[in-house]
Amino acid sequence: MAEAGTNGHFKVIGTRPIRHDGVDKVTGRAKYGADYSFPGMLYGKVLRSPHAHAIIKSINFDKALKLPGVKAVVTSADLPEAEDKAEQVGEAAMNPRYLSMNILARGKVLYDGHAVAAVAATSPHIAEEALKLIEVDYEVLPPVMRLEDAMKPGAEILLPNLRNKEEGDNPTNVAQHLQFKRGDVEAAFKAADFVVEREFRTETVHQGYIEPHNAVGIYNADGHATIYCSTQGAFDVRSMSAQVLGIPVGKIKVVPAEIGGGFGGKTTIYLEPLAVLLSKKTGRPVKLVMTRAEVLRATGPTSGSKIRVKMGATRDGRITAAQVWMAYEAGAFPGSPVAAGAMTILAPYAIENVLIDAYDVVVNRPKSAAYRAPGATNAAFASETVIDELAEKCGIDPLDMRIMNGAKEGTPQVAGPPYKRIGFIETCEAIKNSEHYRSPLTGKNRGRGVAAGFWFNAGMQSAATVNIHTDGTASVVTGSPDIGGSRASCAMIVAEVLGIPVEDVRPVVTDTDSIGHTDVTGGSRVTFATGMAVYQAAQDAARQLRERAAKVWEKTVDDVELRDGTLYSKGNGVAPMTIRELAKRLARTGGPITGRATVNARGVGPGFAATCIDVEVDPDTGKVQILRCTVAQDAGKAIHPAYVEGQMQGGTAQGIGWALNEEYVYDAQGHLRNTGLLDYRMPTCLDLPMIETIIVEVPNPGHPLGVRGVGEVSIVPPPAAIANAIYRAVGVRMRELPMSPPRLLKAILESGRAYSPSAQEHQAAAAD
Amino acid sequence: MATAVIPSLLRGLTGGKERVRVSGRNLREVIEDLERQFPGIRSQLTEDGELRSSIAVSIDGEIATGGLLEPVGQGSEIHFLPALGGGA
Repeated sequence: MAEAGTNGHFKVIGTRPIRHDGVDKVTGRAKYGADYSFPGMLYGKVLRSPHAHAIIKSINFDKALKLPGVKAVVTSADLPEAEDKAEQVGEAAMNPRYLSMNILARGKVLYDGHAVAAVAATSPHIAEEALKLIEVDYEVLPPVMRLEDAMKPGAEILLPNLRNKEEGDNPTNVAQHLQFKRGDVEAAFKAADFVVEREFRTETVHQGYIEPHNAVGIYNADGHATIYCSTQGAFDVRSMSAQVLGIPVGKIKVVPAEIGGGFGGKTTIYLEPLAVLLSKKTGRPVKLVMTRAEVLRATGPTSGSKIRVKMGATRDGRITAAQVWMAYEAGAFPGSPVAAGAMTILAPYAIENVLIDAYDVVVNRPKSAAYRAPGATNAAFASETVIDELAEKCGIDPLDMRIMNGAKEGTPQVAGPPYKRIGFIETCEAIKNSEHYRSPLTGKNRGRGVAAGFWFNAGMQSAATVNIHTDGTASVVTGSPDIGGSRASCAMIVAEVLGIPVEDVRPVVTDTDSIGHTDVTGGSRVTFATGMAVYQAAQDAARQLRERAAKVWEKTVDDVELRDGTLYSKGNGVAPMTIRELAKRLARTGGPITGRATVNARGVGPGFAATCIDVEVDPDTGKVQILRCTVAQDAGKAIHPAYVEGQMQGGTAQGIGWALNEEYVYDAQGHLRNTGLLDYRMPTCLDLPMIETIIVEVPNPGHPLGVRGVGEVSIVPPPAAIANAIYRAVGVRMRELPMSPPRLLKAILESGRAYSPSAQEHQAAAAD
Repeated sequence: MATAVIPSLLRGLTGGKERVRVSGRNLREVIEDLERQFPGIRSQLTEDGELRSSIAVSIDGEIATGGLLEPVGQGSEIHFLPALGGGA
């Protein structure tokens, strides 16, 4: 299916045009959710729990309602009781009852910052004042902050009705146990020359999108509601809000505003139903915008985790067995990315004997949400560190170890199905052959580490229309919010198919009433799946253009070709006609041309990344400086290479932040103590070198242009690559994230070594 | 006949068998055949007449998008997997 094997025949794809939405963004004209304003609009604020775990005995908001300017207060009593069962809501399976309980606490608060009530008032300040007048009587319960505590026999239970298949009718905090098993690990471990078994811990981290969540709700007297919000998936917001509010899907329109970052965190809802509920009560538009503290306390981060990995290898470096025990903290409701963690942790490798046990565990933290390759980064930190140790024991270069054991076409995945054409080996070889990896690294306390990562990528549903305008330009309309440059890639696909300049194609992201159902911008799926719909819609428009030209020329459509924006008749004696010329005649040849396509995309091609990182460790403070970083990633086909590189750099930067500094810090009572970006320490440009990129292109045979999807996998390798680099710099193996100065300094002091000359020598030898 | 690969935690229902020969032109018929061979397995895979929302199915390496009506070929290999959501 893929035509991308020969790059040469593309004219637009593979180039680097300026993004169509760039001017609006750099001039401040782009309209973000918080920019929306409507006549008579009210401002909403949310009362949040000061406790991590407590029973709500009563809520009294009489005094708040009496405050001048306050128009309404809502609590969970204003929401219908949702069903307690797994349902397909938007992208993923979720429990509507838990979704509703996360929007407004029902009976119990389950984390510090859990929403308890919401107020609408004539100004945000009055709404804030009103929150102070709401009286909530809590019975405080012991918080369960760590999965180790949540899994203990006799642990305090968060959700009294939660059960799992293995514990029968006993209340539990373990929502699910998954297992993947192949071969005989015990026998394989016995036969192995080397066995390494290690335990790892990672902390809760947030996506750190710069734009806080926001929503404007407008409920009409006719029962229809409109929501303006910052989201990765307008259709998901619509279906989830419909569930929570008990309003039919067809009566809600969601308008996706421009989005200031999401990284998975904006694939669910928080404020949207509250805005509609408050609007319904007041008859006026209501806007809510979170503060940074609210974002950190009450929106979904990704899970903290505990992972044990045991791997065995033969002396020549063949990995023969792997056993994994992993548990992820889901937050207050089930649904951590542990299943993805289990299915990614060994995904780059062909290992015959595998046993993975994975547990989804609820704790008194905010409900986790998706974060760029959800579950895979935690997992790879563990497995890629163990593989590094095995490589050292075998005396094999760590990249050679990965290449030797690497998955190829036909290798069975952890969950069973064999891979189709993949580019893991090529990705590792790209790093191995890079100038970075081949250059020596010298100097005290410096080390180089490598690691690899996998992400599935996704297909799902998309729709697209391509409209031909009367001047021969075109617009391409999709329902995929643009978080990574997808407007440009969609426009480029249309330009390629029609043979017109990319500047003549206007990409539009529209609302839920104006395009067919389109799943979330997530799973690195937009350029793959929406791009597939766009490609087919452009082909549909091209076919119609050929039909019109055939009509004008009194030929059949098969006699007409479209090349480089011009229509040609195969016979002699007919002058070619440009799309621009034909477009002027549309009204007299049958009317407007709109190409249309919808897909439930198949042919997903997984993505792999490999990363090489040089660090220097300050042995007196434990601070790690990133000296150099190169990431290679298989894009399948890079439609817009600059934006592919941007994704690779962005993912790597987030992976470095996760590795070195980012973590949720809770006190003993379960209060989040770092609720601002001064204390929740994300990397800035001062912390990072220019991240070098190598785009690998192993075309995906399942996509007409060879596209795989590029948005996520580059976040996966950095923590392990940095841990491996730290080891070579100072001789200590880090098995906890973040590897922040206090943790690393402690490890250095406990190891009794300031730095390792042998590691330096090892590094120099590896570079040779 | 196609081959169904049984998830580890459901192998208690198949007497420990990982790979099972099944007949059926689509997924619905395959699951009915599985139920005939291993009573109780259908309820683990379906709910209210549909695939469980927590389960994805791979047929010949391709995630099925057609639910229980997804065609199954002679010699197809069918895997039942956890359904996943994406991130960025």
